[in-house]
Amino acid sequence: MRYVPHTEDDVRAMLQRIGVADLDALFAEVPREVYHPDGLPWPPRLSEAELRRHLEEIAARNVPLSSRPSFLGAGAYHHYIPAVVDALAARGEFLTAYTPYQPEASQGTLQVIFEFQTMVAELAGLEVANASLYDGATALVEALFMLQGGPGAAGERRRVVLSTGIHPEYRQVVRTYYAHLPYEVVELPLDARGRTDLEALAAAAREAAVFAFQSPSFYGTIEDARAVCETARAAGAEVVQVFDPIGVAVLTSPGEAGAAAAVAEGQPLGIPVQFGGPHLGLLATRERYVRRMPGRLVGRTVDLEGRPGYVLTLQTREQHIRRERATSNICTNVGLMALRATIYLAALGRRGLETLATICLQRAHHAACRIAELPGFALRYPETPFFREVAVRCPVPAAEVNRHLEARGIIGGLDLGRFDPAEERTMLLCFTEMTTPADIERLLGALAEVRAS
Amino acid sequence: MSAGVRPGQAGGAGQGPPPELASRTIFEESRPGRMAVSLPEPGVPSPGAEALLPAWARRAVPPALPEVGELQLVRHYTRLSQKNLGIDTTFYPLGSCTMKYNPRLNEQIAALPGLADIHPYQDPDQVQGALELFYELEQLLAQLTGLEAVSLQPAAGAHGELTGLMCIRAWHVSRGEAARRTRVLIPDSAHGTNPASVTLCGMEAVPVRTADNGRVHLADLERKLDERVAAFMITNPSTLGLFESELPAMAERLHAAGALVYLDGANLNAMLGVIRPGDLGVDVMHVNLHKTLSTPHGGGGPGSGPIAVRSFLEPFLPVPRIVRGEDGRLRLETDRPQSIGRVKAFLGHAGMVWRAYAYLRAHSGRDLAGVAKHAVLNANYIRVRLRDHYEVAYPGMCMHEVVLSARRQKRLGASALDIAKGLLDRGFHPPTIYFPLIVPEALMIEPTETETRETLDRFCDAMIELAELAARDPEQLRQAPRTLPVRRLDEVRAARQPVLRWRAEPAPADRPPLAEGDACAAASAGVPATR
Ligand SMILES: Cc1ncc(COP(=O)(O)O)c(C=O)c1O
Repeated sequence: MRYVPHTEDDVRAMLQRIGVADLDALFAEVPREVYHPDGLPWPPRLSEAELRRHLEEIAARNVPLSSRPSFLGAGAYHHYIPAVVDALAARGEFLTAYTPYQPEASQGTLQVIFEFQTMVAELAGLEVANASLYDGATALVEALFMLQGGPGAAGERRRVVLSTGIHPEYRQVVRTYYAHLPYEVVELPLDARGRTDLEALAAAAREAAVFAFQSPSFYGTIEDARAVCETARAAGAEVVQVFDPIGVAVLTSPGEAGAAAAVAEGQPLGIPVQFGGPHLGLLATRERYVRRMPGRLVGRTVDLEGRPGYVLTLQTREQHIRRERATSNICTNVGLMALRATIYLAALGRRGLETLATICLQRAHHAACRIAELPGFALRYPETPFFREVAVRCPVPAAEVNRHLEARGIIGGLDLGRFDPAEERTMLLCFTEMTTPADIERLLGALAEVRAS
Repeated sequence: MSAGVRPGQAGGAGQGPPPELASRTIFEESRPGRMAVSLPEPGVPSPGAEALLPAWARRAVPPALPEVGELQLVRHYTRLSQKNLGIDTTFYPLGSCTMKYNPRLNEQIAALPGLADIHPYQDPDQVQGALELFYELEQLLAQLTGLEAVSLQPAAGAHGELTGLMCIRAWHVSRGEAARRTRVLIPDSAHGTNPASVTLCGMEAVPVRTADNGRVHLADLERKLDERVAAFMITNPSTLGLFESELPAMAERLHAAGALVYLDGANLNAMLGVIRPGDLGVDVMHVNLHKTLSTPHGGGGPGSGPIAVRSFLEPFLPVPRIVRGEDGRLRLETDRPQSIGRVKAFLGHAGMVWRAYAYLRAHSGRDLAGVAKHAVLNANYIRVRLRDHYEVAYPGMCMHEVVLSARRQKRLGASALDIAKGLLDRGFHPPTIYFPLIVPEALMIEPTETETRETLDRFCDAMIELAELAARDPEQLRQAPRTLPVRRLDEVRAARQPVLRWRAEPAPADRPPLAEGDACAAASAGVPATR
């Protein structure tokens, strides 16, 4: 048995001490007809070397983003991960601990979360942040619950309005969670410029408890977040913004815009794309909502001798105390991902994050201008500012463009027809510090070969 | 061994830098102009942000992130890591959490570029290996659970609970019964996530009592079982570490009454490879890859909580589903009209899928059965060694964990919390305390199968010494721990005057408490740190 250290002598002595004849006797209370003393049918055991080879072979059937130019983003981004992130996050004291229930033995994890909460609040331009949620999509759901007063809370306003600029999968998750709750989920379409139509918002928000929007939107467009927040709030709705944790270094923060809460997918902050998870749900809000927040919160305090230290706090919000009346059911979150994001943000710092955001912005704009010059190609929202992603109209269906790019050894952008058949000729292209100027030239060269058929 | 934490060595807090420095945050290390990364030049002819973005789109006040050099960064987080206990440093018998060894091979595998650097929106032909691992893990979990269909989408145990309940609810909807079936019966020993998940699903949690033998109170279950019940949500082995041998009979009653059985699979380690929950009458369950299948707990996650269901519930599982086409290729299917929808973005915690698959393939069928058997052996060994020193919550053989009560010690002046803190000074992470809620002064000990007999003996010796100390000098225990970077922390203050983030200006000491919820803060502070 691979990870069981007992010798036969150990087992014999322990059984004797317990007073049973053999290991199976420990399962005496289990009905015999459901007990399989010799185990279940199972594939043969692999040695460590065999297992490693087996998984290397399987992994070799995938095409890594790092192996060729890639322009795929759409909610999961290929940014460089500094070596210090992997090195420090691999330390066993972080990796193999659990939720810091015993604060004296967990000051490392607790202080990291305290630093993380501070950094996330700073990014969002808001006052407080929690210790993480599963991902951006579930963070959005939790923020909606928080702002409406709890999952089951049914106030006067029983409507939640989602901008269609929010990632389509996030909107699907919201719908799943609300299916059995006494609320109506309504979508507000973006206008022809890929931005919120403020008049339509004013009307829609009038009966809404919460309005949620994303900027930069799923389509890459940047909203006038101040105007959006003002309009929704004037109509009596609270606002949550889905933001980009790297873009926010240069873009209006949710706090500056006037949002009551902000959520984000924190994956770009030092977390591998790893086929979509685990990623990192960020949630920040204003102090007045602290006692309605979901999930863990770490606070600073002092010990018996007056030394500063950290503890999990305000736990009466949580499931282990409040049970069916808890603000959320979350228990295990994504602590290790929060650690990675903390190290990542500390490594880049204020200046580094701003520089990185600017590189993405510059490369995306350079590429977008050049693509728009190609025959048959045009920007989908030419008047609207964007950050690192841009929606491009193609002369042929985006799926076809992608096949052509693949043949040229390039991983293309997202075919927006995947989520909206009307957009089958639109491709969402993503540019980061990993898409080098040479990669962009290769993309331009390959796109130039695409002609309307 | 880490320098900051030296369990058993007096004055550990005195080691290393002076305390003011030792607890400095990264923000206090910051000096404008430092940076720990090297970024590329833009390399394209393009103006700066001011030219590319209109004023209304630009941030006015930059985020106050710290600025540090690479060595300062490494030293800061290395020092912080040294203020932690983990499985790698310390026996960590945290009940209900299955703190078994996390194989290092699996970390290396998860870091392979072919697994770490792939995107969920790549063409399926570019990620056949990844889809294969998802597909194979689903098959292996189906085999282990004795259930037919698996979704790997849920992100943790609680997320699996919610997803499973949503499937149950959707099934009742499909039969036109959802309007009246709004109750979920839950034993009073259950974990807090169970009732919380029920509320999130728009249903009502109804507690069922525990009988004197620590099992579900059958008559109470019977009394509450009517046409309003949608499901029975049970944990087996229960959070008391006991096997619910009547589960098959209970499941039969539930099914006859038109309700389904949900199993909280947190304790699957006790049954791994020897008992298939499906054979016990379970309809839906979740599996915790971060407990049973050895993926690291990461200081509080990530977890992964796949659900397994009987075939009649398969149409309700979250989309997308991974299906094998006639050509043998795997693809994602989203067109499932009865599905509850998505519960998270993308496909689930793939990084945990790789690790769990590797763990399972490192074992034969007999090996996996051995995992369960040795986990149960170790728990019973601790039970027998400690039963004369602590009250055992319920008599008889336990499964993978044993729940003791420090009631006797409490009467002498040392609570379960004091015992836990005493363990810290003796080089052990404490068990789970004050859970399950129905056991006063609970100490819930789950040793797992990966510990040696010597470690278990040293732990039991320490527990016995603590029981003696509780009788002789409880005050000494109330002062523990003394050997860690900090002593007991003021949780009341933390909750009354929350300081949830670092600020350049220290908050004034006389800052008034938050206006709202003082009683709430006090209650929170009074609850010892457990689950
Ligand atoms: C019995 C039981 N049920 C459910 C959960 C929740 O699982 P998770 O923390 O993975 O969400 C736990 C977690 O510790 C547990 O012990």
